[in-house]
Amino acid sequence: MTVSLDEVGEVARQRGDAARKAATRPLIRVVGLDKRYPVRQGEPVQALSGVGFDLQDGEFLSVVGPSGCGKSTLLRIMAGLDRATRGEVLLGGEPVSRPSRDIGIVFQQPTLLPWRSVLENVLLPAQMQRLDRAHSLSRARDLLELVGLSGFVGNYPFELSGGMQQRVAICRALVCDPRILLMDEPFGALDAMTREQMNVELMRIQAEQQKTVVFITHSIPEAVFLGDRVMVMTRRPGRISQMAEIDLPKPRTLATMGSASFASQCNDIRLAFSGRAGGAEF
Amino acid sequence: MLRSERLQHAVIFIALLALWEGTSRLGWLPKIVLPAPSSIAVRMIELFASGLIWPHLWATAASILSGFGLGVAAGFAFGAAVALIPALERLVYPYMVAFQTVPKVAIAPLFILWFGYGLASKVVIAAMICFFPVLVSVMSAFHTTDRDQLDMMRACGASGWQTFIHLRLRAALPIIFNGLEIAAVFAVIGAVVGEFVGAQAGLGYLITTLNFNLDVPGVFAVLILLSLLGIVLHDIVRRLGRRLVFWIRAEPVNLPSA
Repeated sequence: MTVSLDEVGEVARQRGDAARKAATRPLIRVVGLDKRYPVRQGEPVQALSGVGFDLQDGEFLSVVGPSGCGKSTLLRIMAGLDRATRGEVLLGGEPVSRPSRDIGIVFQQPTLLPWRSVLENVLLPAQMQRLDRAHSLSRARDLLELVGLSGFVGNYPFELSGGMQQRVAICRALVCDPRILLMDEPFGALDAMTREQMNVELMRIQAEQQKTVVFITHSIPEAVFLGDRVMVMTRRPGRISQMAEIDLPKPRTLATMGSASFASQCNDIRLAFSGRAGGAEF
Repeated sequence: MLRSERLQHAVIFIALLALWEGTSRLGWLPKIVLPAPSSIAVRMIELFASGLIWPHLWATAASILSGFGLGVAAGFAFGAAVALIPALERLVYPYMVAFQTVPKVAIAPLFILWFGYGLASKVVIAAMICFFPVLVSVMSAFHTTDRDQLDMMRACGASGWQTFIHLRLRAALPIIFNGLEIAAVFAVIGAVVGEFVGAQAGLGYLITTLNFNLDVPGVFAVLILLSLLGIVLHDIVRRLGRRLVFWIRAEPVNLPSA
Protein backbone atom coordinates (compact mmCIF):
# COMPACT_ATOMS: atom_id res chain seq x y z
CA MET A 1 0.00 0.00 0.00
CA THR A 2 2.60 2.54 1.03
CA VAL A 3 6.22 2.58 0.00
CA SER A 4 8.44 1.93 2.96
CA LEU A 5 10.75 4.67 4.14
CA ASP A 6 13.78 2.52 3.43
CA GLU A 7 12.80 2.02 -0.17
CA VAL A 8 12.26 5.73 -0.70
CA GLY A 9 15.57 6.49 0.90
CA GLU A 10 17.34 3.91 -1.28
CA VAL A 11 15.89 5.30 -4.49
CA ALA A 12 16.76 8.83 -3.45
CA ARG A 13 20.30 7.81 -2.66
CA GLN A 14 20.75 6.16 -6.05
CA ARG A 15 19.36 9.14 -7.90
CA GLY A 16 21.54 11.47 -5.86
CA ASP A 17 24.67 9.47 -6.61
CA ALA A 18 23.85 9.45 -10.30
CA ALA A 19 23.31 13.20 -10.38
CA ARG A 20 26.54 13.80 -8.55
CA LYS A 21 28.53 11.65 -10.91
CA ALA A 22 26.97 13.22 -13.98
CA ALA A 23 27.88 16.79 -13.12
CA THR A 24 31.57 17.44 -13.19
CA ARG A 25 31.72 20.92 -11.75
CA PRO A 26 29.02 22.43 -9.54
CA LEU A 27 27.58 25.82 -10.57
CA ILE A 28 27.73 27.06 -7.00
CA ARG A 29 30.07 25.93 -4.32
CA VAL A 30 29.49 27.19 -0.79
CA VAL A 31 32.58 26.57 1.31
CA GLY A 32 32.76 26.69 5.11
CA LEU A 33 30.63 29.80 5.66
CA ASP A 34 30.78 31.43 9.08
CA LYS A 35 28.91 34.60 9.88
CA ARG A 36 29.18 36.52 13.14
CA TYR A 37 27.24 39.70 13.79
CA PRO A 38 28.56 42.23 16.25
CA VAL A 39 25.81 43.25 18.68
CA ARG A 40 25.63 46.38 20.79
CA GLN A 41 26.15 44.50 24.03
CA GLY A 42 27.80 41.19 24.80
CA GLU A 43 29.11 38.45 22.56
CA PRO A 44 28.75 38.66 18.80
CA VAL A 45 25.93 36.52 17.45
CA GLN A 46 26.99 33.49 15.46
CA ALA A 47 24.44 33.26 12.65
CA LEU A 48 26.14 30.63 10.48
CA SER A 49 28.72 28.02 11.31
CA GLY A 50 30.56 25.92 8.75
CA VAL A 51 27.86 25.89 6.12
CA GLY A 52 29.03 24.24 2.93
CA PHE A 53 27.33 22.57 -0.03
CA ASP A 54 27.46 22.27 -3.80
CA LEU A 55 24.72 23.12 -6.21
CA GLN A 56 24.47 21.72 -9.73
CA ASP A 57 23.28 23.71 -12.71
CA GLY A 58 19.49 23.53 -12.93
CA GLU A 59 19.04 22.18 -9.45
CA PHE A 60 16.32 23.32 -7.06
CA LEU A 61 17.51 23.47 -3.46
CA SER A 62 15.01 24.12 -0.67
CA VAL A 63 16.34 25.35 2.64
CA VAL A 64 14.28 24.86 5.79
CA GLY A 65 15.06 25.68 9.37
CA PRO A 66 13.61 27.35 12.44
CA SER A 67 13.46 31.13 12.45
CA GLY A 68 16.75 32.68 13.38
CA CYS A 69 18.77 29.81 11.94
CA GLY A 70 20.57 32.09 9.51
CA LYS A 71 18.70 31.02 6.37
CA SER A 72 18.30 34.60 5.23
CA THR A 73 21.89 35.40 6.15
CA LEU A 74 23.04 32.50 3.99
CA LEU A 75 20.97 33.80 1.09
CA ARG A 76 22.25 37.36 1.51
CA ILE A 77 25.84 36.13 1.44
CA MET A 78 25.14 34.04 -1.66
CA ALA A 79 23.56 37.11 -3.26
CA GLY A 80 26.59 39.25 -2.51
CA LEU A 81 24.52 41.58 -0.29
CA ASP A 82 26.40 40.54 2.83
CA ARG A 83 29.91 39.28 3.54
CA ALA A 84 30.81 36.09 5.30
CA THR A 85 33.09 36.23 8.32
CA ARG A 86 34.86 33.16 7.01
CA GLY A 87 34.46 30.92 3.97
CA GLU A 88 33.27 31.85 0.51
CA VAL A 89 30.66 31.35 -2.16
CA LEU A 90 32.01 30.37 -5.55
CA LEU A 91 29.90 30.93 -8.62
CA GLY A 92 31.39 29.08 -11.58
CA GLY A 93 34.68 29.11 -9.68
CA GLU A 94 34.66 32.87 -9.01
CA PRO A 95 34.06 34.18 -5.47
CA VAL A 96 30.88 36.22 -5.04
CA SER A 97 31.57 39.54 -3.35
CA ARG A 98 28.77 41.76 -4.62
CA PRO A 99 25.48 41.45 -6.47
CA SER A 100 25.94 40.19 -9.99
CA ARG A 101 23.84 39.82 -13.10
CA ASP A 102 24.08 36.06 -12.77
CA ILE A 103 22.01 36.15 -9.60
CA GLY A 104 18.38 37.20 -9.33
CA ILE A 105 16.78 37.67 -5.93
CA VAL A 106 13.19 37.50 -4.74
CA PHE A 107 12.70 38.86 -1.25
CA GLN A 108 10.10 38.08 1.38
CA GLN A 109 8.29 41.29 0.48
CA PRO A 110 7.68 42.11 -3.18
CA THR A 111 9.61 45.41 -2.67
CA LEU A 112 8.10 46.87 -5.81
CA LEU A 113 8.49 50.59 -6.34
CA PRO A 114 4.96 51.98 -5.92
CA TRP A 115 5.46 54.82 -8.42
CA ARG A 116 6.43 52.47 -11.23
CA SER A 117 4.01 50.45 -13.30
CA VAL A 118 4.26 46.66 -13.38
CA LEU A 119 6.29 46.76 -16.58
CA GLU A 120 8.61 49.51 -15.30
CA ASN A 121 9.18 47.51 -12.11
CA VAL A 122 10.15 44.42 -14.08
CA LEU A 123 12.49 46.50 -16.22
CA LEU A 124 14.24 48.11 -13.24
CA PRO A 125 17.33 45.84 -13.11
CA ALA A 126 17.80 46.07 -16.87
CA GLN A 127 17.53 49.85 -16.66
CA MET A 128 20.01 50.06 -13.77
CA GLN A 129 22.49 47.94 -15.72
CA ARG A 130 21.83 49.87 -18.93
CA LEU A 131 20.95 46.78 -20.93
CA ASP A 132 19.48 47.04 -24.38
CA ARG A 133 16.00 48.51 -23.92
CA ALA A 134 14.20 46.79 -26.77
CA HIS A 135 15.54 43.38 -25.81
CA SER A 136 14.70 43.78 -22.11
CA LEU A 137 11.26 45.07 -23.00
CA SER A 138 10.39 42.00 -25.01
CA ARG A 139 11.83 39.76 -22.31
CA ALA A 140 9.84 41.58 -19.61
CA ARG A 141 6.66 41.15 -21.61
CA ASP A 142 7.38 37.45 -22.15
CA LEU A 143 7.97 36.93 -18.43
CA LEU A 144 4.78 38.75 -17.48
CA GLU A 145 2.98 36.56 -19.97
CA LEU A 146 4.57 33.50 -18.36
CA VAL A 147 3.18 34.42 -14.93
CA GLY A 148 -0.20 35.38 -16.36
CA LEU A 149 0.10 39.12 -15.85
CA SER A 150 0.19 40.30 -19.44
CA GLY A 151 -3.09 42.13 -18.83
CA PHE A 152 -1.54 44.20 -16.02
CA VAL A 153 1.63 45.67 -17.55
CA GLY A 154 0.39 49.24 -17.13
CA ASN A 155 -1.07 48.81 -13.64
CA TYR A 156 0.57 50.02 -10.46
CA PRO A 157 1.58 47.67 -7.61
CA PHE A 158 -1.16 48.96 -5.28
CA GLU A 159 -3.71 47.77 -7.81
CA LEU A 160 -2.49 44.16 -7.52
CA SER A 161 -3.02 41.44 -4.91
CA GLY A 162 -0.11 40.17 -2.83
CA GLY A 163 0.34 37.09 -5.01
CA MET A 164 0.36 39.17 -8.17
CA GLN A 165 2.91 41.55 -6.66
CA GLN A 166 5.20 38.66 -5.82
CA ARG A 167 4.84 37.37 -9.40
CA VAL A 168 6.00 40.76 -10.63
CA ALA A 169 8.97 40.51 -8.26
CA ILE A 170 9.83 37.10 -9.74
CA CYS A 171 9.71 38.57 -13.25
CA ARG A 172 11.96 41.40 -12.08
CA ALA A 173 14.48 38.87 -10.71
CA LEU A 174 14.45 37.02 -14.04
CA VAL A 175 14.53 39.95 -16.45
CA CYS A 176 18.32 40.02 -16.77
CA ASP A 177 18.26 36.26 -17.36
CA PRO A 178 20.39 35.27 -14.35
CA ARG A 179 21.61 31.68 -14.01
CA ILE A 180 20.60 31.54 -10.36
CA LEU A 181 17.44 32.56 -8.60
CA LEU A 182 17.65 33.12 -4.84
CA MET A 183 14.31 33.25 -3.06
CA ASP A 184 13.88 34.24 0.57
CA GLU A 185 10.50 32.98 1.82
CA PRO A 186 8.87 34.62 -1.18
CA PHE A 187 5.41 33.25 -0.47
CA GLY A 188 5.47 33.56 3.31
CA ALA A 189 3.08 36.51 3.33
CA LEU A 190 0.49 34.86 1.08
CA ASP A 191 -2.58 32.93 2.11
CA ALA A 192 -2.41 29.12 1.92
CA MET A 193 -4.42 28.79 -1.31
CA THR A 194 -2.43 31.41 -3.19
CA ARG A 195 0.75 29.91 -1.83
CA GLU A 196 0.06 26.45 -3.27
CA GLN A 197 -0.85 28.00 -6.57
CA MET A 198 2.40 30.00 -6.57
CA ASN A 199 4.36 26.83 -5.80
CA VAL A 200 2.94 25.07 -8.84
CA GLU A 201 3.62 28.15 -10.91
CA LEU A 202 7.19 28.39 -9.68
CA MET A 203 7.80 24.76 -10.68
CA ARG A 204 6.59 25.59 -14.15
CA ILE A 205 8.68 28.77 -14.39
CA GLN A 206 11.79 26.96 -13.24
CA ALA A 207 11.24 24.16 -15.74
CA GLU A 208 10.68 26.66 -18.53
CA GLN A 209 13.49 29.07 -17.67
CA GLN A 210 16.02 26.40 -16.64
CA LYS A 211 17.19 28.22 -13.52
CA THR A 212 19.16 27.01 -10.57
CA VAL A 213 17.11 27.94 -7.52
CA VAL A 214 17.81 28.30 -3.82
CA PHE A 215 14.50 28.59 -2.06
CA ILE A 216 14.22 29.46 1.61
CA THR A 217 11.06 28.60 3.49
CA HIS A 218 9.88 27.50 6.88
CA SER A 219 7.20 25.28 5.38
CA ILE A 220 8.28 21.65 5.09
CA PRO A 221 5.61 20.70 2.49
CA GLU A 222 6.65 23.66 0.37
CA ALA A 223 10.31 22.67 0.63
CA VAL A 224 9.60 19.06 -0.33
CA PHE A 225 7.19 19.97 -3.11
CA LEU A 226 9.64 22.31 -4.82
CA GLY A 227 13.05 20.91 -4.03
CA ASP A 228 15.30 18.42 -5.78
CA ARG A 229 17.06 18.48 -2.44
CA VAL A 230 16.02 19.85 0.92
CA MET A 231 18.64 21.28 3.24
CA VAL A 232 17.63 21.32 6.91
CA MET A 233 19.36 23.85 9.14
CA THR A 234 19.69 23.90 12.92
CA ARG A 235 18.83 26.69 15.29
CA ARG A 236 21.49 29.32 15.91
CA PRO A 237 24.27 28.99 15.07
CA GLY A 238 22.94 27.84 11.70
CA ARG A 239 24.48 24.55 10.62
CA ILE A 240 23.38 22.03 8.03
CA SER A 241 21.74 19.21 9.94
CA GLN A 242 20.55 17.22 6.93
CA MET A 243 20.64 17.24 3.16
CA ALA A 244 17.78 15.14 1.78
CA GLU A 245 17.24 14.11 -1.83
CA ILE A 246 13.58 14.39 -2.74
CA ASP A 247 12.23 11.60 -4.87
CA LEU A 248 9.09 12.84 -6.53
CA PRO A 249 8.51 12.66 -10.28
CA LYS A 250 8.43 15.92 -12.23
CA PRO A 251 6.46 17.83 -13.25
CA ARG A 252 4.92 17.99 -9.81
CA THR A 253 1.35 19.15 -9.49
CA LEU A 254 -1.14 19.71 -6.71
CA ALA A 255 -1.87 15.97 -6.96
CA THR A 256 1.73 15.32 -5.90
CA MET A 257 0.93 16.87 -2.54
CA GLY A 258 -1.73 14.25 -1.97
CA SER A 259 0.56 11.28 -2.62
CA ALA A 260 1.79 8.96 0.11
CA SER A 261 5.37 9.37 -1.03
CA PHE A 262 5.09 13.15 -0.58
CA ALA A 263 3.69 12.71 2.92
CA SER A 264 6.39 10.28 3.99
CA GLN A 265 9.20 12.49 2.67
CA CYS A 266 7.69 15.46 4.49
CA ASN A 267 7.67 13.34 7.59
CA ASP A 268 11.35 12.45 7.18
CA ILE A 269 12.21 16.14 7.07
CA ARG A 270 9.98 16.81 10.04
CA LEU A 271 11.87 14.16 12.01
CA ALA A 272 15.18 15.71 11.01
CA PHE A 273 13.82 19.02 12.20
CA SER A 274 12.99 17.75 15.64
CA GLY A 275 16.44 16.22 15.86
CA ARG A 276 15.35 12.59 16.21
CA ALA A 277 16.79 11.60 12.85
CA GLY A 278 20.30 12.33 14.00
CA GLY A 279 22.26 15.57 13.88
CA ALA A 280 24.94 15.76 11.24
CA GLU A 281 23.91 13.45 8.43
CA PHE A 282 24.57 14.70 4.96
CA MET B 1 -24.71 63.70 0.13
CA LEU B 2 -21.83 65.87 -1.01
CA ARG B 3 -24.28 68.61 -1.98
CA SER B 4 -26.01 68.64 1.39
CA GLU B 5 -22.62 68.91 3.12
CA ARG B 6 -21.73 71.94 1.04
CA LEU B 7 -25.09 73.41 1.88
CA GLN B 8 -24.41 72.95 5.59
CA HIS B 9 -21.03 74.70 5.24
CA ALA B 10 -22.66 77.58 3.39
CA VAL B 11 -25.41 77.93 6.00
CA ILE B 12 -22.92 78.02 8.87
CA PHE B 13 -20.70 80.52 7.06
CA ILE B 14 -23.59 82.86 6.33
CA ALA B 15 -24.93 82.52 9.86
CA LEU B 16 -21.54 83.48 11.32
CA LEU B 17 -21.26 86.46 8.98
CA ALA B 18 -24.77 87.57 9.92
CA LEU B 19 -23.97 87.25 13.63
CA TRP B 20 -20.81 89.28 13.15
CA GLU B 21 -22.62 91.92 11.10
CA GLY B 22 -25.39 92.12 13.73
CA THR B 23 -22.94 92.40 16.61
CA SER B 24 -21.26 95.30 14.91
CA ARG B 25 -24.47 97.09 13.81
CA LEU B 26 -26.09 96.82 17.21
CA GLY B 27 -23.03 98.49 18.65
CA TRP B 28 -22.13 95.68 21.04
CA LEU B 29 -18.54 96.16 20.03
CA PRO B 30 -17.01 99.48 18.93
CA LYS B 31 -16.44 99.58 15.12
CA ILE B 32 -12.78 100.33 15.70
CA VAL B 33 -12.35 97.01 17.49
CA LEU B 34 -14.38 94.83 15.16
CA PRO B 35 -15.69 96.45 11.97
CA ALA B 36 -18.74 94.95 10.28
CA PRO B 37 -18.09 92.49 7.42
CA SER B 38 -19.97 94.79 5.08
CA SER B 39 -17.64 97.70 5.83
CA ILE B 40 -14.63 95.42 5.25
CA ALA B 41 -16.11 94.37 1.90
CA VAL B 42 -16.66 97.98 0.91
CA ARG B 43 -13.09 98.88 1.87
CA MET B 44 -11.77 95.88 -0.08
CA ILE B 45 -13.57 97.02 -3.22
CA GLU B 46 -12.24 100.56 -2.76
CA LEU B 47 -8.68 99.30 -2.40
CA PHE B 48 -8.95 97.44 -5.71
CA ALA B 49 -11.00 100.11 -7.51
CA SER B 50 -8.54 102.87 -6.62
CA GLY B 51 -5.68 100.67 -7.76
CA LEU B 52 -3.94 101.36 -4.46
CA ILE B 53 -3.64 97.68 -3.62
CA TRP B 54 -1.85 96.40 -6.73
CA PRO B 55 1.77 97.47 -6.13
CA HIS B 56 1.51 96.16 -2.56
CA LEU B 57 -0.07 92.91 -3.60
CA TRP B 58 2.61 92.31 -6.25
CA ALA B 59 5.42 93.21 -3.90
CA THR B 60 4.23 90.75 -1.26
CA ALA B 61 3.44 88.01 -3.75
CA ALA B 62 6.94 88.39 -5.19
CA SER B 63 8.54 88.17 -1.72
CA ILE B 64 6.48 85.13 -0.80
CA LEU B 65 7.21 83.21 -3.99
CA SER B 66 10.90 84.07 -4.13
CA GLY B 67 11.34 83.44 -0.42
CA PHE B 68 9.52 80.13 -0.69
CA GLY B 69 11.60 79.08 -3.69
CA LEU B 70 14.88 80.06 -2.07
CA GLY B 71 14.00 78.50 1.30
CA VAL B 72 12.83 75.26 -0.27
CA ALA B 73 15.92 75.00 -2.48
CA ALA B 74 18.26 75.64 0.45
CA GLY B 75 16.33 73.34 2.79
CA PHE B 76 16.32 70.58 0.21
CA ALA B 77 20.02 70.92 -0.60
CA PHE B 78 21.08 70.94 3.06
CA GLY B 79 18.60 68.23 4.03
CA ALA B 80 19.74 65.91 1.26
CA ALA B 81 23.42 66.58 2.00
CA VAL B 82 22.94 65.95 5.73
CA ALA B 83 20.97 62.77 5.07
CA LEU B 84 23.40 61.39 2.50
CA ILE B 85 26.63 62.31 4.30
CA PRO B 86 26.14 61.06 7.88
CA ALA B 87 29.12 63.02 9.20
CA LEU B 88 27.39 66.27 8.26
CA GLU B 89 24.46 65.44 10.48
CA ARG B 90 26.74 65.11 13.52
CA LEU B 91 28.90 68.09 12.70
CA VAL B 92 26.61 70.65 11.06
CA TYR B 93 23.06 69.90 12.11
CA PRO B 94 23.48 71.13 15.74
CA TYR B 95 24.38 74.56 14.38
CA MET B 96 21.30 74.58 12.20
CA VAL B 97 19.13 73.78 15.22
CA ALA B 98 20.86 76.51 17.22
CA PHE B 99 20.23 78.95 14.41
CA GLN B 100 16.59 77.89 14.28
CA THR B 101 16.12 78.69 17.97
CA VAL B 102 16.82 82.38 17.29
CA PRO B 103 13.42 84.00 16.66
CA LYS B 104 13.39 85.22 13.07
CA VAL B 105 11.23 88.18 14.03
CA ALA B 106 13.92 89.31 16.42
CA ILE B 107 16.66 89.25 13.80
CA ALA B 108 14.51 90.73 11.04
CA PRO B 109 15.77 94.28 11.72
CA LEU B 110 19.32 93.06 11.12
CA PHE B 111 18.33 91.71 7.75
CA ILE B 112 16.75 95.03 6.80
CA LEU B 113 20.08 96.60 7.76
CA TRP B 114 22.06 94.10 5.68
CA PHE B 115 19.80 93.75 2.66
CA GLY B 116 17.99 97.11 2.55
CA TYR B 117 14.38 98.18 2.46
CA GLY B 118 13.65 96.53 -0.87
CA LEU B 119 12.59 93.08 -1.98
CA ALA B 120 15.84 91.32 -1.05
CA SER B 121 15.45 91.55 2.72
CA LYS B 122 11.88 90.16 2.59
CA VAL B 123 12.93 87.29 0.36
CA VAL B 124 15.75 86.39 2.72
CA ILE B 125 13.52 86.51 5.81
CA ALA B 126 10.77 84.44 4.15
CA ALA B 127 13.39 81.97 2.91
CA MET B 128 14.86 81.60 6.40
CA ILE B 129 11.49 80.85 7.92
CA CYS B 130 10.70 78.29 5.16
CA PHE B 131 14.11 76.69 5.44
CA PHE B 132 13.74 74.73 8.65
CA PRO B 133 10.52 72.79 8.06
CA VAL B 134 11.84 71.80 4.64
CA LEU B 135 15.20 70.80 6.10
CA VAL B 136 13.64 68.64 8.80
CA SER B 137 11.19 66.97 6.44
CA VAL B 138 13.87 66.26 3.83
CA MET B 139 16.20 64.80 6.45
CA SER B 140 13.61 62.53 7.98
CA ALA B 141 12.29 61.59 4.54
CA PHE B 142 15.70 60.35 3.43
CA HIS B 143 16.20 58.54 6.72
CA THR B 144 13.04 56.51 6.26
CA THR B 145 14.06 54.85 2.99
CA ASP B 146 12.96 51.23 3.28
CA ARG B 147 15.92 48.91 3.94
CA ASP B 148 14.43 46.08 1.92
CA GLN B 149 14.06 48.36 -1.06
CA LEU B 150 17.65 49.55 -0.65
CA ASP B 151 18.74 45.89 -0.74
CA MET B 152 16.55 45.34 -3.75
CA MET B 153 18.23 48.23 -5.58
CA ARG B 154 21.68 46.83 -4.75
CA ALA B 155 20.57 43.42 -5.96
CA CYS B 156 19.44 45.07 -9.20
CA GLY B 157 22.96 46.38 -9.63
CA ALA B 158 22.06 50.04 -9.07
CA SER B 159 24.84 52.53 -8.35
CA GLY B 160 24.59 54.92 -5.40
CA TRP B 161 23.47 57.72 -7.69
CA GLN B 162 20.86 55.52 -9.40
CA THR B 163 19.55 54.45 -6.00
CA PHE B 164 19.25 58.11 -5.03
CA ILE B 165 17.39 59.11 -8.18
CA HIS B 166 15.20 56.06 -8.65
CA LEU B 167 14.45 55.13 -5.04
CA ARG B 168 15.43 57.52 -2.26
CA LEU B 169 14.22 60.72 -3.89
CA ARG B 170 10.89 59.28 -5.00
CA ALA B 171 10.31 57.52 -1.69
CA ALA B 172 11.07 60.78 0.14
CA LEU B 173 8.48 62.85 -1.73
CA PRO B 174 5.46 62.19 0.52
CA ILE B 175 7.24 63.46 3.64
CA ILE B 176 8.98 66.27 1.77
CA PHE B 177 5.64 67.55 0.60
CA ASN B 178 4.41 67.70 4.21
CA GLY B 179 7.30 70.05 4.88
CA LEU B 180 6.56 72.07 1.73
CA GLU B 181 2.96 72.61 2.82
CA ILE B 182 4.15 74.06 6.13
CA ALA B 183 6.77 76.12 4.33
CA ALA B 184 4.13 77.60 2.01
CA VAL B 185 2.28 79.02 5.01
CA PHE B 186 5.49 80.14 6.70
CA ALA B 187 6.58 82.02 3.57
CA VAL B 188 3.62 84.41 3.97
CA ILE B 189 4.54 85.03 7.60
CA GLY B 190 8.17 85.67 6.66
CA ALA B 191 7.33 88.16 3.95
CA VAL B 192 4.96 90.13 6.20
CA VAL B 193 7.43 90.15 9.10
CA GLY B 194 9.99 91.70 6.78
CA GLU B 195 7.51 94.29 5.57
CA PHE B 196 6.51 95.18 9.13
CA VAL B 197 10.06 95.86 10.13
CA GLY B 198 10.99 98.05 7.20
CA ALA B 199 9.59 98.38 3.71
CA GLN B 200 8.39 100.80 1.06
CA ALA B 201 5.71 98.52 -0.35
CA GLY B 202 3.86 95.29 0.38
CA LEU B 203 0.73 94.21 2.19
CA GLY B 204 2.54 94.20 5.54
CA TYR B 205 3.64 97.78 4.92
CA LEU B 206 0.06 98.67 3.90
CA ILE B 207 -1.32 97.19 7.14
CA THR B 208 0.99 99.33 9.27
CA THR B 209 -0.03 102.44 7.28
CA LEU B 210 -3.77 101.70 7.48
CA ASN B 211 -3.45 100.85 11.16
CA PHE B 212 -1.71 104.14 11.79
CA ASN B 213 -4.72 105.90 10.18
CA LEU B 214 -7.15 103.86 12.30
CA ASP B 215 -8.59 102.41 9.07
CA VAL B 216 -9.55 99.14 10.77
CA PRO B 217 -11.83 97.86 7.95
CA GLY B 218 -8.91 98.45 5.59
CA VAL B 219 -6.59 96.44 7.85
CA PHE B 220 -9.09 93.57 7.89
CA ALA B 221 -9.42 93.70 4.11
CA VAL B 222 -5.64 93.39 3.70
CA LEU B 223 -5.52 90.57 6.27
CA ILE B 224 -8.04 88.64 4.20
CA LEU B 225 -5.91 89.15 1.09
CA LEU B 226 -2.82 87.91 2.92
CA SER B 227 -4.68 84.87 4.10
CA LEU B 228 -5.87 84.22 0.55
CA LEU B 229 -2.29 84.41 -0.75
CA GLY B 230 -1.28 81.79 1.80
CA ILE B 231 -4.23 79.56 0.99
CA VAL B 232 -3.57 79.71 -2.75
CA LEU B 233 0.14 78.88 -2.38
CA HIS B 234 -0.62 76.09 0.08
CA ASP B 235 -3.25 74.69 -2.23
CA ILE B 236 -0.91 74.71 -5.23
CA VAL B 237 1.75 72.86 -3.24
CA ARG B 238 -0.82 70.37 -1.95
CA ARG B 239 -2.23 69.65 -5.39
CA LEU B 240 1.25 69.25 -6.84
CA GLY B 241 2.09 66.87 -4.00
CA ARG B 242 -1.01 64.79 -4.59
CA ARG B 243 -0.20 64.54 -8.24
CA LEU B 244 3.42 63.52 -7.67
CA VAL B 245 2.79 61.04 -4.84
CA PHE B 246 -0.26 59.47 -6.40
CA TRP B 247 0.50 56.07 -4.87
CA ILE B 248 -0.09 57.12 -1.26
CA ARG B 249 -3.80 57.84 -1.31
CA ALA B 250 -4.28 55.39 -4.10
CA GLU B 251 -6.51 52.82 -2.46
CA PRO B 252 -9.55 52.52 -4.66
CA VAL B 253 -12.07 54.84 -3.05
CA ASN B 254 -15.69 54.20 -3.85
CA LEU B 255 -17.44 57.51 -3.41
CA PRO B 256 -21.15 57.10 -2.91
CA SER B 257 -22.66 58.72 -5.96
CA ALA B 258 -25.39 61.12 -4.91
